Amino acid sequence: MSLDAAFDDPAFVPYLAVGDPSYEQSLRYVEALADGGADAIELGLPFSEPIAEGSTIQSAIVRALEAGMTPGRYFEFVAELDVDVPLVCMTYYNLVYQYGSEAGPRPFVERAAEVGIGGFVIPDLPAEEAAPLREACDEFGLDLVFIVAPTTEGERLDRMHEFVSGYVYVQARLGTTGAREEVSEYTERSLARIADWDVPKAVGFGIKTGDHAERIVSAGADGVIVGSALVDIVAEGHENDDPTGVVAERLERKARELKRGAVRGLGETAPGQ
Amino acid sequence: MSTDGSFGEYGGQYVPEALMPAIEELSDAYERYVLENEDGFRDELSERLTDFGGRPTPLGRADQLSERYDREVYLKREDLLHGGAHKLNNALGQVLLAKYMGKERIIAETGAGQHGTATAMAAAHLNMPCEIYMGETDIARQRPNVFRMRTNGATVTPVTTGRGTLKEAISETMRDWAATVEDTHYIIGSIVGPHPFPAMVRDFHAVISEEAREQMLETAGQLPDAVLACAGGGSNTMGMFQQFRDDDGVELYAVEAGGSSLSVDEDAGVAPNSATLSTGDEGVLHGARTKVLQDGDGQIMESHSVSAGLDYAGVGPELAEMVDRGRVQAVNVDDDAALAAFHRLAREEGVIPALETAHAFGYLEQHHDELGEVVVLNVSGRGDKDLETVIEETQSRDLDVGPTMDLFRDLGGHTAGEDR
Ligand SMILES: Cc1ncc(COP(=O)(O)O)c(C=O)c1O
Repeated sequence: MSLDAAFDDPAFVPYLAVGDPSYEQSLRYVEALADGGADAIELGLPFSEPIAEGSTIQSAIVRALEAGMTPGRYFEFVAELDVDVPLVCMTYYNLVYQYGSEAGPRPFVERAAEVGIGGFVIPDLPAEEAAPLREACDEFGLDLVFIVAPTTEGERLDRMHEFVSGYVYVQARLGTTGAREEVSEYTERSLARIADWDVPKAVGFGIKTGDHAERIVSAGADGVIVGSALVDIVAEGHENDDPTGVVAERLERKARELKRGAVRGLGETAPGQ
Repeated sequence: MSTDGSFGEYGGQYVPEALMPAIEELSDAYERYVLENEDGFRDELSERLTDFGGRPTPLGRADQLSERYDREVYLKREDLLHGGAHKLNNALGQVLLAKYMGKERIIAETGAGQHGTATAMAAAHLNMPCEIYMGETDIARQRPNVFRMRTNGATVTPVTTGRGTLKEAISETMRDWAATVEDTHYIIGSIVGPHPFPAMVRDFHAVISEEAREQMLETAGQLPDAVLACAGGGSNTMGMFQQFRDDDGVELYAVEAGGSSLSVDEDAGVAPNSATLSTGDEGVLHGARTKVLQDGDGQIMESHSVSAGLDYAGVGPELAEMVDRGRVQAVNVDDDAALAAFHRLAREEGVIPALETAHAFGYLEQHHDELGEVVVLNVSGRGDKDLETVIEETQSRDLDVGPTMDLFRDLGGHTAGEDR
């Protein structure tokens, strides 16, 4: 399913690390997010060196790897998943590159397309190195999302604009992923820089509450991406040995809060914007 | 090297977008200051390497080893550089470059603590605040260097993820950089990472072979037949090879850590060695495409070596390319041979080498017959930092070199290894 279809109204795009804390629980959790109103879902394929992640998602990745998650199992998971929204694979380039018998990203992309992935976010793949993956995505009709950082300007923006499809991931602040309270001043500036791009703009890194989502959408975003605040719920449930159904309910409730916040944000945007 | 930082199929810039502007800024500064000597950068660095670092370091004949192996053996003494290892060449170069670039804070990772120590010294010397990330396993096995860094005023931040060694420390330093990139410079400690680091770190260490090549011509009256250096990421290695790479008659040997075994436990995700050049295959790690120790899926393995400075699952992309091309021989020796070589060099020549360096001497012991008439080895560092480890590791195996530990038993009723 094409990714920009998710952005008809302000989109809520959650992230979870697949396989955290187990394959079965993870299935239930992702489905709970869809039930709670997710418009698209970023499914993290755990990599051993997640250099763009803060401690929350690092820990999730460790739990998932220890529970036996691999690229092969990940694709089974996606195939088995019973949700009706676009799915985005978020991982690091070495796993994309190594998959299958031939070197290069093509076998990974082919398999992802087969199981129903709609696109990719690869945080350690800047536009400079992305040509082979872009080519494979074009061949199989998948989107390639890029991250616009607070430090991205000038020619770098142009290069990214040329490669991006699906949506653009606006990184709300410098640093790694992780839930924070405040709305970063960077967000508005970044959104202004790419205002004329014809792809939806989703803001991520640090979004935690419905109010937070509301403010970001009213600042001009087409959607919000939320990871660590949801992973925290999974981690807490795991630590306390809470029943899977209870944790799934909490995730669904949190999803509703975030989705409602995003929608409220649109109401506050000046007409015509 | 091409201008985009690739070495054949290796190299590149695989880093988060947030870091790319800083990396472009650094590439620009590398070209202007380091390659073109803008504002007299190279002159100032060279002066400081002399006045503060103690360059040039000597090269001398190892008389006992020459006799033992029946060939001419020479030692390039980077252990005599300030700080006790080659690392200062790069650390001082990059701290100075950060100053020229107007940066206000230095961060670095360290494995053995030698790069961290050199960086802390250089930062103190040039009056820059400095934070060093170090894996908790390495903090435990390189305690003297932890004290040295802190004495120089650096903050040492433990990294507790994974096995707590160099790989995790690099990842964590990259995370800091992603948050602080506007005013902070990341001084990577070897010829690894995204372009321009591999080329720039090599250039800062090339002074080793600039001196060594001249010194060989002066002292031995000829070029060596073989040049040996240990290789973790490969910075002392490329520094020692750089001026010999166009000398066709000179064989270059990169000696990696064979650890306890060259085999791999895929299920556990562990390679009990760090012989990346010999046993790794192509992958993307820490910003570069290079050889890495990884499982069939591409997950990075936990490496192992008795020497913290070689204990890394990746290697410099340029070195990987030179090995593929056949210009550099990738060889390795195991923990036992390195320990034996540590004791041998100390006893025969009065030089206590770093455990990293000892690997090169382990190879000399095992393969001297194949090395030609004149051999030069880079003594990349001194071994004071390793004495605790060496005492423990020597006790736990049956080595026929090195002092026995009876003295400690007689004196204290316990040994250094037992009270931890
Ligand atoms: C003395 C010494 N030699 C060698 C190394 C390995 O690094 P490289 O391979 O970059 O020279 C280290 C790293 O800490 C070291 O301290």
